[in-house]
Parts: sequence; structure tokens; C-alpha cells
Amino acid sequence: MAGRTGRGGAAVLTRPTYENGMPAEGNRMTRTPVPADAPVPGVWEELVTSALLGTDRRTPPGCEPGPRAPAELLDAAAAETVRRRAGLCPARAARRPEPVPDDPRPPLPAAAAHRLTMLLTDRPGTAGGGRRGTAPDLMELLPQWLATANARGFAAPPQAVPALLDAARGRTDLRPAALTFAGPRALWLARLNPDWRFALRATPGGGTALPGPEATERVRRLWEEGLFAERVALLAALRARDPATARELLASTWATERAEDRLMFLDSLRTGLEQADEPFLEQALADRSRNVRATAAELLSALPDSALAARMAARAVTCVSLDRALSPPAIAVEAPHECDAGMERDGVVAKPPSGRGERSWWFGQLVEAAPLGTWSARLGGRTPEEIAALPVTDDWRSDLHAAWCRAAVRQRNGAWARALLGAPTAPEAGGPGAVSLAERAKLLGTLDAGERAEWVAGFIATHGLSEAFQLLGMCGVPWAPPLGRAVVDALNIARDAGSYPWSFSGVMGLAERCLDPSEAGRLDGLLAIPDEPEDASPGAGGYWAEAFQRLVRTLRLRAAMAEELGAGQEERRR
Amino acid sequence: MTQQGVRWTADQVLALAPDAASRRAGGRLGAAGPWSEVGSSDEGAVWGLCKGSGSEPYQTVVDVSDMSGPAYKCGCPSLKFPCKHALGLLLLWAVGDGVVAGAKAPDWAERWIAGRRERAEEKRTAGGSGAGTADPEAARRRAEQRAGRITAGATELEQRLTDLLRGGLAGAEQAGYELWEETAARMVDAQASGLAARVRELGAIPSSGSGWPVRLLEECALLHLLDQGWLRREQLPDGLAATVRARVGLSASADGPAVRDRWLVLAQYDTSDTRLTTRRIWLYGAQTERAVLLLSYGAAGRAPEPALPVGLALDAEVSAYPGAGQQRAALGEQFAPPAPTELRPKGATTSQAAVRYGEALRDDPWLESVPVTLDQVVPVPDGDHWQLADADRDTALPLAPAAGNRPGLWRLVALSGGAPVKVFGECGHRGFTPLTAWPAGPGGAVPLC
Repeated sequence: MAGRTGRGGAAVLTRPTYENGMPAEGNRMTRTPVPADAPVPGVWEELVTSALLGTDRRTPPGCEPGPRAPAELLDAAAAETVRRRAGLCPARAARRPEPVPDDPRPPLPAAAAHRLTMLLTDRPGTAGGGRRGTAPDLMELLPQWLATANARGFAAPPQAVPALLDAARGRTDLRPAALTFAGPRALWLARLNPDWRFALRATPGGGTALPGPEATERVRRLWEEGLFAERVALLAALRARDPATARELLASTWATERAEDRLMFLDSLRTGLEQADEPFLEQALADRSRNVRATAAELLSALPDSALAARMAARAVTCVSLDRALSPPAIAVEAPHECDAGMERDGVVAKPPSGRGERSWWFGQLVEAAPLGTWSARLGGRTPEEIAALPVTDDWRSDLHAAWCRAAVRQRNGAWARALLGAPTAPEAGGPGAVSLAERAKLLGTLDAGERAEWVAGFIATHGLSEAFQLLGMCGVPWAPPLGRAVVDALNIARDAGSYPWSFSGVMGLAERCLDPSEAGRLDGLLAIPDEPEDASPGAGGYWAEAFQRLVRTLRLRAAMAEELGAGQEERRR
Repeated sequence: MTQQGVRWTADQVLALAPDAASRRAGGRLGAAGPWSEVGSSDEGAVWGLCKGSGSEPYQTVVDVSDMSGPAYKCGCPSLKFPCKHALGLLLLWAVGDGVVAGAKAPDWAERWIAGRRERAEEKRTAGGSGAGTADPEAARRRAEQRAGRITAGATELEQRLTDLLRGGLAGAEQAGYELWEETAARMVDAQASGLAARVRELGAIPSSGSGWPVRLLEECALLHLLDQGWLRREQLPDGLAATVRARVGLSASADGPAVRDRWLVLAQYDTSDTRLTTRRIWLYGAQTERAVLLLSYGAAGRAPEPALPVGLALDAEVSAYPGAGQQRAALGEQFAPPAPTELRPKGATTSQAAVRYGEALRDDPWLESVPVTLDQVVPVPDGDHWQLADADRDTALPLAPAAGNRPGLWRLVALSGGAPVKVFGECGHRGFTPLTAWPAGPGGAVPLC
């Protein structure tokens, strides 16, 4: 602005201006060009100087020194202030940002947009106290709402994008769905606000969509020049679409990557793992980094036809045999006596964690990495069910079964998973058997959704809810009808038993989010406060009624949410 | 008088609730369960005993006969006003299908009702003879006394400003808050609340960052201008004299002609300090094409009335307060309930907005900002700040510094996405404060405050 003195310039430049983002005040104003019609050039600056030093030290311009000077200064300053304000002109526009790319998705229906605003303004902790009351927990419904909106292909209302980004900033689990829903506008905004940088990291290429297959050159350039996070995202996206190309891309720079980067990149091969990956993984078995070697071995053992799997099978079968001399026949285990260099090369970790015997440690790793198909032949042509039912000598049962569980999960072997899970109604399923709850939850993951729901329903019907939380977490949403009924029945039984509902708050919370909304009608009978039995905890009935009211309200709310998004039909059909 | 026959609707009752929690709590008590000895009189009193958490039930009485609004009394310790018991009782009366029958009030209720009616009667007779009409002499004497106190205050303030300027503003940085707080207290004593508020703001300027001497001189000079305006108000034109009176802190009533229009609610926002919550509502007349400001106050922590959601339009009358360049108006009669509208205010360019502020200063030199709708502007980042740039010109208005860190700014930026939008806000010497925006295409108003 210093160059624009105003003399002879356009009239608009001869007046005070809102400068460079700062309104015309402060020190900047002193550099502002003096209006051409000002009584005395620089008079305002003179007035400020006099005011700052005091009229006793500096007589203001155009005033007599003496007792009248302060008043005269104030008169002049008032006139100047109003004149400067009245004469303000707009500033010069800064460079405009590139507009947001078009979002072709249709806008949300009005009711759904209103609902989104409600979900986003509900901050956790606003309803005081630990008691949850009967009102639904809106923030917990946001993930589901986002999933439905994304499935229906709606675009976010532009003004809601900042609140979506704020929500995703606080909750990493929300990020993928929130960013998908927020669309290109989220990335455009994230470049302007450092608080939302995470949105750029979360997307391949910092916001530019993944280059199409035709853009091989762009993929290669991004791979070679991109930041680490960008490269991880690129590799993951490419692997999901075209596993072979992704592997080749990784192999092209493998030798020059840092160890911790190699580990991350190798991990992304988990997606779309295929037999063709074997040569690359075999080569990685000789890696300098122990963690990289272990990951490569783990991936290879998940390929039952790989050479590593065959080597591990050969080692494992020497440890496990069928002792036919016993009646009934039983499995005898002879754990390895040493961990040789070959085993270590194939990813067996030689040193056990503290408190664990080294032979059982090595044994577990061998069985875990051996293809499950090996065992039928080794153990007299038995089926997985028969093998799981065989007794095991000398307390090796839990080691052996735990290793088979890990193998079934890793190799995604449904038949073995089913055999190891056993019948959900079996009495030992409820307790801490050979297979822990966490392992059972993982085994369930290898079954299809229907079978999973049925197994968990059977488990709950027999053993109740106290151990069911982890298993329920594995089931698809909304819960299949038999599972939903089992949970509601079990809650009803728990209530009649007279305990407090907060012992079941985890399951209640899951039920609010996962129960099929069409079940709401069946819950009506549970909303009233029941007569309190003699042995019940005092007031428990009222708290149960409150919890069931919240459950029903949440289900109704979810039904309304789905309806507003035009997804009511789909949700019911699934 | 409200007769038994015209009981209220539940909505009317719930509209009295001071906040959402009270509304819910009152709704719960609007059932016969906890109540006993309920009754109502033909004169519009309702009473009942409500079983609370204490051993004694609360005695609750409401008098709805008063045209200026119902009066309440309840034995509960709640600080909410009206409390949930009063709301519950009114709900019971409004929709309770004869639960609250006509009856004779019990003694405890009758005492309060009678006392109230008596005082109201006294006030009416006193008001009829005292305030202005019957005894203009007394009113004039009171007004003169007050004017005299304000004059004394203004004179004292002039002296303080003179002393400050003689010694230099540099000293004000050390003097700090206390000097100004004390002076502000003197202005409150002088019943010049407008002067007091300005003095209090002077105290905050020396710690407001770089450029404070300029801002302090500006505000001192404008305060001096106001003092001088008050001291010579007899010589000022009527409009400006009224503006000076209002700025000094003399309240007046909205006696401008009632203007009926479709008034579009452009923005509503609250500001609060330790004592008071101030609510500002900007209305825009569809035919008159001007914006007026509704100001209302509530005690700290309480929401002022009314609440008008952005995007509605009211068919109503509005009257301006006296004074040249006065933005403030009072809402008069409403002819229909507020209804949603697609209407948008007419817009201007940034240059026109700056000119409008300049012209408004002619009527009221103390004006901080004017309401303006900017058409076709794009929010643009400019270093650490933001501006609103005309879509097809090289000109822009900076956003006021206070607008920079509000969530509303990001809603505005997100709504625009680099494309032109329509923005309503306040345009003043500190820049533009955006309050509401509309997308370029179809779509409703997006509140930014």
C-alpha cells in the first residue's frame, strides 16, 4: 500500500482502506495513504503522537498550547475518527482458492439432513451423571447413520462438513465413513484448516483420488516420491484392486526401503493374499529385520500350498502322533527339543515370553503354521470334529487346541473353526475350556454371518449374557432374528433374576445399536416397572424399565433414521 | 380477564418454560399423579399441592388473569422461574379434562391472590395518576433530576479524559483496569449506563494488542463527542438529540409508526456478560427492504425472549425507537404465526456496504456497524485472516477479527466451497461479521452465529 499515495490515483484509492485482512486501524493505519481532501496531511498520525505523549509534552497540530489543548485534541480526533470510518473502502481481494470439485451425489432428504445436525450436536457427557436415563445415545448412532447414508450414495450438506470433520477428528473409527460421506469438500476444507490435516493423510495422494489403472506413470511417481503415509495408502488401495500390480510395485523398491517401512508395506499384502505372492514372501524370509521375517512367515503359513507351510507341516507331524495303545486312542505330543536355524528362518521365534516353557512355545508355533489339512492323514483319517474330540495325553490339550485355533483363523478354515468351537450348547462352552472366549470370537469370524449369529444365539440361550459381549461384537448388524430373540430373552431372564441392569450395560449398548429395529414391538411388555420380588436388588425393576425404554426408543429412532434416508425397506429385508 | 372458558393450550403453557429442562420436568408434572387439592377460580387463579421430595407438599399458585403475563408462587426452592411445579399445574389446568375444577381457593392461596390483586390495583391507580398523565409535574421533576446527574457525570468524565490526554495515553497502559472501573462505577451512580459501558471498554483497550493507542484515542474521542453531545443536546436537531440520549443510557419507548410487513428473521444471537444476556434478532422487511434490530435482555444464565428461528417470516408490525439512524425497533402485533420462507434479502457489493456504513455514521457517529447483505461474495483466506471478496470484482471486505475463530466461519467457508454465496452480517469499521448465509443455488438460510 505504501506505493499508493493517492495523488492523481483513482478516487477509490485516495481513501482509507481495509488493509490486508486487518481492518483499518492499528499501526497499519499510519501507513495508509492520506485522503486527498484531508485538512492537513498526516494530521491523524500527529494526533495519535500527541495523545500518546500527552499534550503537556507535545502540542497537537492546530491547537494552542495550554489548558484547552486536551479538549481541542479530542475534538480533532473525534472528527478524524468519524471521517476515517466514514471513508473506508474495500480492500483488494486476495487470491481466491480453487473451487471445490463437483459432487455428483444427490443431496440428503430434508428430514435426514435435520437428523444429521442433531446427531452431530449431541456431544457425549452432556447428560449429567453416570446414569444413562431413557434418552438414546445419539453420538453412538452416528457410525450407523453414516454407513446407511454412504450406502445410499448421498452427498453431505456443505455446511455440515466442518462438524463432520470435527467429529472424525476426535474419533478415528469414524474417519473412513465420515470422510467418504463428506466427499471432496472435506479435503478442500482440510487444506485450509490445520485442525483437519488428518483428512489429507487418510486419503491416498493427499486428496487426489487414486490414479486409475491407465495412469501407471502417476502411480509410480507417487510411489517413488510420496510421503510415507501416502505410499501406505496407495499400496493398500492398489492391493485391494489389483494384488499383482501392488506386489510388483513394492518389489521394485523393496531393497531400498527402511526396515520399519518394509514391515508396514509387507503388512498391506494381507489383503488379497494369493499363491502368486509366495516367491516374494520367500525372499522376505531372508530379510535383515526380524519383524519383517516373522510377518513374511506368518503370511506364507496362511498359504497352505506354500513351501514354508509344507516345511512346517513336516516339523509339526513329528511332534504329534496317535497313541493307539490307549483306549480310547489319544493324541500323544512330543514337543521339539531345539529350535534350529531352519526353524528360525521359517519365522519360529526362539526365545519364549517369560513364564512360558520353550518347548511348548516352539511346539505352538509349529502347529499354528502347519496347514490344517495335514492332520486328518496323520491322525487316522479322522474328520476335524473327531480330531477335536480326541483326548490328548500329558496336559498338552490346551496348547494343541489353542494352536489349531490360531491356524484355523489364519487359514480361514471354516470346517476346523466349527470343530474347535463345538456345539454352543455344550456345557463346557460356557466356561474357560480349552478354547478361550477371545479365541472363540476369532473362530466365529471365519464362519459366514448366518452361522455365526446362530452359534452365538445358541450360546446365549444356554449360558446367558455374562460372557457374550465379545461374541456379540462379531455378529453382523442388524442382528439376525434368532440372535435378537436370544438376547432379548436373556435380558428378560437377567431382569427377573433381580440384578441391576448396569451389569449388562455393555450388552444393552450393543443391543441398542445392533438389534433389528423391527424387534421394538416385541419389547413393549418389558417397559413397565415390574413388581419387585423379595430377593431382588432394591429399585432394580425401575432401572430395568428405564434401560428397556432407552432400548426401544433407540430402536424406533434407528428405524426413523433409516426411513429418512430411504433405506427403511432395505434394512428390513436384510 | 381470562375466564374459565378460555383455558390455555399446552403449547402456550410450555412456551413459558425458562429452558428445555424445565419444559420436560413441567411436562412430567402435568399429570394428576403428584397433585392434590387442585382448583381454579373464575378470575383466573389456579392452585394445588404438589408432592415433592420433601415431607410437606409444595403450595403452588398461578394467577393468569394479568394481561401482561401470568404470576407464580411456589413453595419449592427452585431458582427457575416459573418452576416446574407452576408449569405442571398450568398444564394440568390447560389439558387436564376437568381435573382442575372451579372451587373456592384455600386460605394460603387466597391470601397471595388477594395481596397481588390489591397491589395491582394500587399500581393501576397510582400509574393512572402518577406516571406522566395525571402528574406531569412530578415526572418532569424526576427527569430533570436524572438529567442533572448525567450532566454532572458527563462533566466529570470530560475532566478525566482531559487529564488523561494531558498526561498522555502511554500512562494508561500502566494505570490498568482499576482507574476505568472506578470511573465506570461513577457513571453508573450518575445513571448514565451508556457512558459507563463505554468507559469500561476503554479499560480493556490497553491490553488488546498492537495498535492499542490508536484504538484508545478513537474511543476516547468518541466518548468526548458523546459527552459534548449530551452537554449541548438543546442545540442539536431532534433526531440527533434522541440518538445522544439513547447512547448515554436514557431508555425511551418505541414510539415510531407501526410498520406492517413480512419480516424475515435474518439472524439471532446472544452475547452475555456476568450480569446480563443480550439477545439480538435482525429482521428484514420484504416490502420495506430494510433491516431492524430487536434487542432483548435476560438475567445471566437465562434465555431472553423471544426466540425467533432464522429462516422464518413474521407477518407483524414493528415500531422504531426514537433517534436518527436508529436500528433498534420493537415487535408489535403479530398477525399470523411465523412461517418458513424461501425469501432472501436483497444484496449489495462490498463497496456499497462500505458506503452504507459511511452514510449511516452521518446520522449516528457512534455506530459500530450496519446490517448489510452481500451478494455474490466468496470467503477468501488472506494470510491469517479471511475476507469476503466480490465474485466478479477486485474488491473485498475483511472479516472482523472476532469472527475469525468462530465455528460459523467454517460453516460459511464450507457452504461456499470457493463459489459465490449470499451473506448477511454486520459491516463496520472493524470489518464484516457474517451472521447468516445462503448458497448460490436453492437452499435455506444457514445460521453462522
